[in-house]
Amino acid sequence: MTATTIERPARPHDERPRRPRRRRSGGGLRRMRQATPLTYFALILTFVLSVFPLWWMIVVATRTTTAASQFPPALLPGGNLVDNVGRLFTNNSANFLTGLMNSIIASTTVAASVVFFCSLAGFALAKLQFKGRGFFTVAVVVTMAVPVQIGLVPLLILMDWLNWRGDLQSVIVPFMVSGFGVFLMRQYVLQTIPDDLMEAARIDGCSTFRIYWSVVLPALRPAMVVLGLLTFMQTWNEFIWALAVLTPDNPTVQFSIQQLNESAYSRDFALMFTGATFATLPLLIIFFVFGRQLVGRIMEGAIKA
Amino acid sequence: MWSRLDIRTSPYLFITPFFLLFGIFGLFPLLYTVWVSLHDWSLIGGNEGFVGLDNFVRLAGDEKFWSALYNTLGIFTIAVVPQLLLALMLADTLNRRIRFANLFRMTLVLPYITSVAALAIVFSVVFGGEQFGLINQVLGSIGLDPISWQGDRYWSWAAIATMIDWRWTGYNALIYLAAMQSVPKDVYEAADLDGASRARQFVQITVPLLRPTIIFTVIISTIGQMQLFTEPTIFGNNGYAGGTQGQFQTVMMLVFQETFDYQNFGYAAAISWVLFLIVVVMGLINVWLTSRIKGAE
Repeated sequence: MTATTIERPARPHDERPRRPRRRRSGGGLRRMRQATPLTYFALILTFVLSVFPLWWMIVVATRTTTAASQFPPALLPGGNLVDNVGRLFTNNSANFLTGLMNSIIASTTVAASVVFFCSLAGFALAKLQFKGRGFFTVAVVVTMAVPVQIGLVPLLILMDWLNWRGDLQSVIVPFMVSGFGVFLMRQYVLQTIPDDLMEAARIDGCSTFRIYWSVVLPALRPAMVVLGLLTFMQTWNEFIWALAVLTPDNPTVQFSIQQLNESAYSRDFALMFTGATFATLPLLIIFFVFGRQLVGRIMEGAIKA
Repeated sequence: MWSRLDIRTSPYLFITPFFLLFGIFGLFPLLYTVWVSLHDWSLIGGNEGFVGLDNFVRLAGDEKFWSALYNTLGIFTIAVVPQLLLALMLADTLNRRIRFANLFRMTLVLPYITSVAALAIVFSVVFGGEQFGLINQVLGSIGLDPISWQGDRYWSWAAIATMIDWRWTGYNALIYLAAMQSVPKDVYEAADLDGASRARQFVQITVPLLRPTIIFTVIISTIGQMQLFTEPTIFGNNGYAGGTQGQFQTVMMLVFQETFDYQNFGYAAAISWVLFLIVVVMGLINVWLTSRIKGAE
């Protein structure tokens, strides 16, 4: 028996943020309040304030350093991008290429790992019968409240013991699981996987892992995408721990732009902004492709919280 | 036989990676912080002996610690209060029938997903220099004196708070918007019939009904902002000192300074531990306030 023979379960993560329904006609007052010109003024102002810093970062990245201190600010891209990118990748103090590669490797690995281990544990906690299930579920929730940053110093000592300081695995392995991820997956499994489906697979002789792999995982795809994206973003953005444990010769991209920021004596803004643009690029791509799902996810999380 | 073994052991195998990795890299460091904080511990010398509560005694009398705590709490306050108010108003604005609703919602999430470090660099240039920062040039063009964004304690807080707000206001607005959309519309209709103004509806209906959500965002912001580090570090451009007089050095920056500049692991661990306790206490105060407010109804 396969998943296709049963009715497809509801998939909340597929939904767009729901628009408030309009009132049926003849109901007297309008449900949604009307927008005024002031509303649009406020929204356009928000739009400009949100987009301007990013846009300006890209503009300066395509110009010479003087553009950063120009007033009124430069608003259109110039022709210096290729030169800036060239200088960025050959800059010795920043090791930008290494940083970029490291970030790509770390973010991808961490995202894949979090999705795998969290869905595995989430599935077990949601559907499998075993002693201590309630305890372990509570334990997962408690771990979400533990601020890992507080353990910075001991974690550094631990990295010394393992001899991992300065190596890329130090920014990967500690983040390969997440309590938030396990909890998210558990909730999603509870909502989407009917018990009958698992029973049927069990009768067909599937091992538990096989049930997870062939029955559960395909149904989890929407949740996997969201968790994978959020984890990728988080890892890509991670700055504090990278700064603590890595060295300038083997940085992540965020560390590397901080090197650009600190090392230049007469600060080369065009170079810094080109680096900043690269450090933001994957996130911008995610925004353009998945922005809508992310908006939905944030709003949905708020209701459940 | 095989399948019974499978059914009995699989659940434990499936949850093992999570608990194992969390135990090693999450729980252990947190507990070990206590141990390290009770010792004289340096990078090169390693553990140099038990010193009891000496590190905590030193901390209590350390002006730098109190200054860093003052900065952290100050920046937190001037960032979070306007941020949440703005977010509420923004959500209320978006909770109307508007054109391009999706575009405007996407706008709110854009700052949240961008690179913190990259944007901190951009903002430090916007505020930067005595004259050449964008904002000072705007001030100059309307005949005002430039502001010393880095030199003056409170102006530097304002600059850092702006970076935080830029990033988080839209995110919080989305959370509020979601909560607002689950408020039954009849409540507003009744208020309309009673002739209550928009502003009054906002203050007397929207805000009270959103209280649980508001408290949730306050708690989340507290946990995040007490560990503020990236924005002030990049803004400062001088390591972990937080300005020439430490005017915007946060507690987390002090932890880094003690760890890396002075290689004082024991003392840094003591600061971390105190920071953790402060976060917990602030969380408890939030919870206590919540239950008080609820009880009063």
